[in-house]
Amino acid sequence: MSDIKVKTAPVQGVDGRSGGHLLEVENLHVEFRTRDGVAKVINGVSYHVDAGETLAVLGESGSGKSVTAQTIMGILDTPPGFVTGGSIRFRGKDLLTMGKDERRLVRGEGIAMVFQDALSALNPVFTVGFQIAELFRKRRGMSRADGYKRATELLDLVKIPAAKTRLKDFPHQFSGGMRQRVMIAMALALDPEVLIADEPTTALDVTVQAQIMDLLAEIRRDRNMGMILITHDLGVVADVADRIAVMYAGRIVEQADVHALYGKPCHPYTLALLDSLPRLDLKGQELNTIKGLPPNLLRIPSGCAFHPRCRMAKDICSAERPALVELGGVRASACHFAEELYGRE
Amino acid sequence: MSEVILEVRDLVKHFPIRQGIVFKRTIGQIKAVDGVSLDLHKGETLGIVGESGCGKSTLAKLLMNLEKPTSGEVRYQGRDVLRLSPAEQRKLRRNIQLVMQDPYTSLNPRMTVGDIVGEPFEIHPDAAPKGDRRRKVQELLDVVGLNPEHINRYPHQFSGGQRQRIGIARALALKPEVIVCDEPVSALDVSIQAQVMNLLDQLQTEFNLSYIFIAHDLSVVRHIADRVGVMYLGKMVEVGTDDDIYVRPTHPYTQALLSAVPVPDPTARQRKAVIRLEGDVPSPANPPSGCRFRTRCWKAQEICATETPLLQIRPTSGHPSACHFAQERDVVHAG
Repeated sequence: MSDIKVKTAPVQGVDGRSGGHLLEVENLHVEFRTRDGVAKVINGVSYHVDAGETLAVLGESGSGKSVTAQTIMGILDTPPGFVTGGSIRFRGKDLLTMGKDERRLVRGEGIAMVFQDALSALNPVFTVGFQIAELFRKRRGMSRADGYKRATELLDLVKIPAAKTRLKDFPHQFSGGMRQRVMIAMALALDPEVLIADEPTTALDVTVQAQIMDLLAEIRRDRNMGMILITHDLGVVADVADRIAVMYAGRIVEQADVHALYGKPCHPYTLALLDSLPRLDLKGQELNTIKGLPPNLLRIPSGCAFHPRCRMAKDICSAERPALVELGGVRASACHFAEELYGRE
Repeated sequence: MSEVILEVRDLVKHFPIRQGIVFKRTIGQIKAVDGVSLDLHKGETLGIVGESGCGKSTLAKLLMNLEKPTSGEVRYQGRDVLRLSPAEQRKLRRNIQLVMQDPYTSLNPRMTVGDIVGEPFEIHPDAAPKGDRRRKVQELLDVVGLNPEHINRYPHQFSGGQRQRIGIARALALKPEVIVCDEPVSALDVSIQAQVMNLLDQLQTEFNLSYIFIAHDLSVVRHIADRVGVMYLGKMVEVGTDDDIYVRPTHPYTQALLSAVPVPDPTARQRKAVIRLEGDVPSPANPPSGCRFRTRCWKAQEICATETPLLQIRPTSGHPSACHFAQERDVVHAG
């Protein structure tokens, strides 16, 4: 970690002004009712994103980061998934209480999503051109020919070479990186104001990953879109995010500006996560690890869900759940010792 | 440096592309591995990095003798593994073991952990007498940090990291000298990755193992490897100590690869020299002539298309690099 002091961009208060944000998730609760019991997958998540900024949601598998995104998009499988509380406001309107038809209009035009695995997200039996043009036909009432014309423009926009001929190709005929570009083109088709990218580059090689992340950043800038980037990769986050929300066992444990978070993590989990990365100056030494395993969501530990794995845990941690408290007005951490961590040099 | 334990010379594996239903004709070759040479010394870790399709997993299979090479040699302690009789091969094979990438599919779901870890003893009965096997398996589970009492459990009762430990215990059963690890941590979460890497490190010291560590994550390889080889489209493009590769890379592909790795430090955004490659890796069925990287390389000139650059030490590169214009360049890299 570098000790260079970097001027951080002005950050809004973590609690935000109500109603002022483009997309605002508030106190969201989601549970999965399974044969083995009720898994509390999301337990009171709140975050927001504004036009032109990138919010990274960071977490390991099972932390609830993708389920939050699915709930925002309204594509949560019900059953087993049920929203049991909270609200998701887009431009001030609650998506969860909205009628089906109204919500449908938000999808694609208001909020669009790029999925991790483009091969399974695209329909294998239709050409890419058909799938993109379908959006324009159904939602914009365009003719087939016009739809294809717009599809060509979109493929050009995401820098797919020979866009016109590639429209006639099926998804399996594209390479991984190109397929991801097709997905991005599709998500952009209806000019969304918020783009949710769920692990958009996890399945890709590093050189291709870099191309895709650049493309996403460029498009976000050009269109002044809000972006929610869901990932587990601490490197990708450091490269592109403005703000970060770290999730653990269905809760946000820390939220901060990117420089603040990497410079001085104020939650033991974030701290341990950054500590466990292989680093140059630790070559040949044992890596720091986080002991134990991520919790089983059917049996989330009492108090702070991280306490069984935490190096700082005391008695209070298993008895009482720490609230997400504000630190210095610009960041928040859900730890009983957050103030101590924030106050350290 | 200690003695060479595994020697690979000009290893080539071409997979035929066949067409036709009844009469199959070979219409081409996928050149998965195309002339790779390497040495593995006793007790060292050789890291192999490269993107998907560069042939690193095929290389692992060739080393394990799970695939017959088209040509070339794999010599273990001076003997050519591929020219031994089947009985001798079997004996020799126990000294080279494999840890696979996906802990979810590389363990048989219908076998208990005891059966999985003990299976090598069924194949090589002289390694442990029958009555002693259960105890041996429990010892192994203890060594990799699993509870020996879980010997009767099934793989689905374990988490990803624990399953990878089971795979490692199985690989250790016959006391091998070389372990080929094919992406052993890439399916695991960050917090679990570190645990498994520490385990591999600790086992290496304890049993004086040599590792061939194949991965696409450059920072993981840097942490664990003594020497690193970079592969592109079936060829080794650069080999050297970890500092040679990460601090003084001379091959343009290595440089591009390093610059593409996201650094977990937001302050690096400004000082990072970004090299963005255009396009995708060409198909190994029809690789470019001459240098295979030339289609994406910013340094490419005529000679690159006509002459294949050899992997050798050059006036401008202190370690072997397969580029006509090898030149050091400072790239901020994953620490």
